[in-house]
Amino acid sequence: MPNSTPIVDTSRSSLLTLEIVFNLKVRDVMATNLITAKRTDTMRHIQSLMKEHKISGIPIEENGRLFGLVSVDNILRALDFGYIGDTAEGRMTRNLIVLEDDMPLSFAISRFERYRLGRFPVLNKEEKLVGIVTSGDIMSKLLFEMNYAVNKLEGEHQGAAQTASGGNGNYYRKFNVKKYDFETGGRASTEIRRVLKERSLNPKLIRRVAIISYELEINLVAHSEGGKLSCYIKDDKIEIIAKDSGPGIPDVEKALTEGFSTATDWIRSLGFGAGLGLPNVKRASDTFDIRSQMGLGTIVKSTVNITDNG
Amino acid sequence: MKAKDLAAALGLEVIQPIGDDKEVSAGYTSDLLSDVMANAKEENVLITIQAHINTMAVAAHTGSGAVIICNSRPIGDDMKEAAAKEEIALFKTEKNQFTISHLVYSLLNKEQ
Repeated sequence: MPNSTPIVDTSRSSLLTLEIVFNLKVRDVMATNLITAKRTDTMRHIQSLMKEHKISGIPIEENGRLFGLVSVDNILRALDFGYIGDTAEGRMTRNLIVLEDDMPLSFAISRFERYRLGRFPVLNKEEKLVGIVTSGDIMSKLLFEMNYAVNKLEGEHQGAAQTASGGNGNYYRKFNVKKYDFETGGRASTEIRRVLKERSLNPKLIRRVAIISYELEINLVAHSEGGKLSCYIKDDKIEIIAKDSGPGIPDVEKALTEGFSTATDWIRSLGFGAGLGLPNVKRASDTFDIRSQMGLGTIVKSTVNITDNG
Repeated sequence: MKAKDLAAALGLEVIQPIGDDKEVSAGYTSDLLSDVMANAKEENVLITIQAHINTMAVAAHTGSGAVIICNSRPIGDDMKEAAAKEEIALFKTEKNQFTISHLVYSLLNKEQ
């Protein structure tokens, strides 16, 4: 059994951490944009899916019903024993430990600690596959929540006035965005706009968040190796974070200059790559932060404060 | 003016009618989607040659009243479906952006 450190040692955590962990549900952290395969797919095909999407486990699913899971371990065994051409049907892991989407996150964490698995498929009440959770998903969500809690505590400490709430509780969602996927480009920002509209937020504010989320989403599609767009709606602000896994921006100053673009001709022919994206995002944001490292990737974090006049 | 009345007055080909009773009060002409994103306003009719699905996402984000594709650029089913889903009427014309912009301006007689 691998001797890894648990994600969160709940027995030694502060009250604040525990409160965060107990308030969150599995559905708040799971990835919903799933890459799956069928029982009739070959292990070789699944291996190529893993490589393409940079993931280490693929649920075997048909019409929402989960049959098993193929992990990197399964693939390695298939290569070792020469059955990489076999279908998943006979080679996948069948005895799965799953989570339910409305389980508390604390429960998920204890499962990770207990089973030392890389990921758990998530089923809903109808036993349909609705998501997958990795320890990385939990880590990033917890970091978000802790960051928020610390900011809030600091704010209270400084006697900062609490801004009026714009809606009905915090909201967090993470979208996978694929390289060159212009066909569904805009899906994440469309969903974010829908949620903001449902909360009847100020139209000007919705427009600003739409600009930020759309431009960042298109940047992931057009310029990155693929990445994730996260939206975090809090009582007093909305955070949009785009994180990709490369290639990185050689000169961030230049990238923020209106009119500068590294887009290829065919991307420009679609109406993108005019060098307006990041400047648009910066202009629409109340706070804007970009970090990039060649070979590692780029993180853009933008926030918009929720106020009555947008 | 309603989008369908504008289409009828200018003889535009109706590609996707759902949402054609939306109000259009002015226009915005551009083929750069980030420019549209930054500058188009609600109830604008978007005049462009970008005949693909991302145009509908931008139109939806900016609250466009309708979209007119110029120069008879071919429109794929995915764009039509996206227009229907967003309930934004989609029209096509053989005229170019300059001419259609002029005609829309004459009809609505209003700057953005």
